[in-house]
Amino acid sequence: MRDRGLIFTGLVLFLGLITFPVWYNLASGTSSKPPELKLPTTEKQCVAPTETMRMSHMEMLITWRDQVVRQNDRTYVAADGKRYDMSLTNTCLKCHDNKAEFCDKCHDYAGVKPYCWDCHIDPKLVQRSKG
Amino acid sequence: MSALYSLLTVLVLILLAYFGVAAAHLGVLFGTVIPFAAIAVFLAGLAYRVVKWANTPVPFRIPSTCGQQKSLPWIKQGRLESPSSTLGVMGRMALEVLLFRSLFRNTKAELRDGPRLVYGENKWLWLGALAFHWTFLVIFLRHLRFFMEPVPRLVNLLADVDGFFQVGAPVLYVTDLVILAALLYLLFRRLRDPQIRYLSLFTDYFALFLLLGLAGSGVLMRYFTRADIVAIKELAIGLVTFSPVIPKEVGPLFFVHLFLLCVLLAYFPFSKLMHAPGVFLSPTRNLANNNRMKRHVNPWDYPVKVHTYAEWEEEFHDKIKAAGLPLDRE
Repeated sequence: MRDRGLIFTGLVLFLGLITFPVWYNLASGTSSKPPELKLPTTEKQCVAPTETMRMSHMEMLITWRDQVVRQNDRTYVAADGKRYDMSLTNTCLKCHDNKAEFCDKCHDYAGVKPYCWDCHIDPKLVQRSKG
Repeated sequence: MSALYSLLTVLVLILLAYFGVAAAHLGVLFGTVIPFAAIAVFLAGLAYRVVKWANTPVPFRIPSTCGQQKSLPWIKQGRLESPSSTLGVMGRMALEVLLFRSLFRNTKAELRDGPRLVYGENKWLWLGALAFHWTFLVIFLRHLRFFMEPVPRLVNLLADVDGFFQVGAPVLYVTDLVILAALLYLLFRRLRDPQIRYLSLFTDYFALFLLLGLAGSGVLMRYFTRADIVAIKELAIGLVTFSPVIPKEVGPLFFVHLFLLCVLLAYFPFSKLMHAPGVFLSPTRNLANNNRMKRHVNPWDYPVKVHTYAEWEEEFHDKIKAAGLPLDRE
C-alpha cells in the first residue's frame, strides 16, 4: 500500500488542529493578561470577601433568587452581621453600576453567558432610553 | 487486583499534584514544566508512532469483511460491509470512526440450562463507548474557551446547547453527567463479569480511572468546590502563548485536574489509547476488498535465487548416469 502521502497529510492536519489555539491566539495577538474591571468607588465593602465573590457569586445569586421568588425572604445577613436587600438590581448593581465594564468583562473572557439578563435589565440601558 | 493497583496509582497521582501544590508550592512545576513536557511527549510520541505505522509495508489487501463481496451482477454486494471502491471504504470508515459500527456488532455468549450455549445481542458496550467518546469530544471543544481569546462563537454555542436545561448556576452541562455515567458503566462492565474481569489488565483500568479522575475533578471544581476560572484562563492562555503565568488564585484542585490531563497526554502515545489514530491506519478496515478485481503485486518482491530440477540434473548428470538412474534429458 502506497498511502504514505495520505497518512502524512492526515498527521499534519491533526497536529495543526490540535495546536489550533496557539495559532488562533497568535493571530489575534492575545496576551495572558486578565480583563481589567471597573470597580465601584462608592462602597469599600462587598456582601462577601473578594475571593468568595470571584468564585461563588453565581451560587449566591441563584440562592438569592430562590429565597426571594420562592420564600419571599429578602434579607441577606452577611458574615459580618450586616443586612442587605437580596436584589441583583438594587443591591449588586447599585455599586457595580456598569454591567459592560464589570459583569461582562469576565463573563466574555471566560465564555460564560449567565441568563440573569433574560429577566433583569441593565440599569444603564434604561437610563439611556429615558434620556 | 489490577483494578485496585490502577486505582491506587491514580490516587497517588492525585495526591502528588494536590500536595505538590498545596504543601510543597510546586506551582511552577505542575502548572508550567509538566504541561509543556506532557504536550511535547504527546505530539512527538503520536507523530513517531504514526510515521512508524506509515512505513510498515502493507503489500496486499487484507480487509476483514463481513458482507458479500462484489461478484456477479445479480449477487447483491454488501457495499459498506465489503467495499470494493474508495468511496465504499470511506463510508465504512466513517461508520466505524463516528458510530463504532464494529462495537454495534458485539455479541454475548451465555451458558443456559440444558446445558445450552446461547448467543445474543449486546449493545451496552457500544452505547457506553459512544456516549463516552462523543461527550469527551464535546467537553474537549468546550474547554477551548479557556485556551482562546476572544472565545470563538462556535465554542460558546456548544456550551449553550450543552447547558440547555439551565439547571443551577453555574449551569449544569449534560455532557458532564453523561461522561461520568458512561465511564462508570465501562468500569462496572469490566468488574461485573468474571470473564471480562479475567481479561482486564492494569492498563484497561488505568485509563478508566484516569479519565474518571479527570472528569471527576472537573465536575468537583465546577459544581462543588468552585474555582476561579478567570485565573485559570490566565494560566491556560499563558501556556498556549508560551508566556506562562501561575496566578495565585488558582487552587490545588485545578492542578490535580491539569496533572491528570498531563499524565493522560504523556501516556497516550504509548498505550492502547492509540486506537484513535490506529483506527484510521488499520489495513483490515481501510482497504477495499478488490482482490478479485485487481491484481496486487507485492512492490517489495525481489528476485529469489532458485535451483530448478533441470539445473540440478545438469549438475549431477554424470553421477546419476553412473548409478543407472533414469534421466529426464539424455
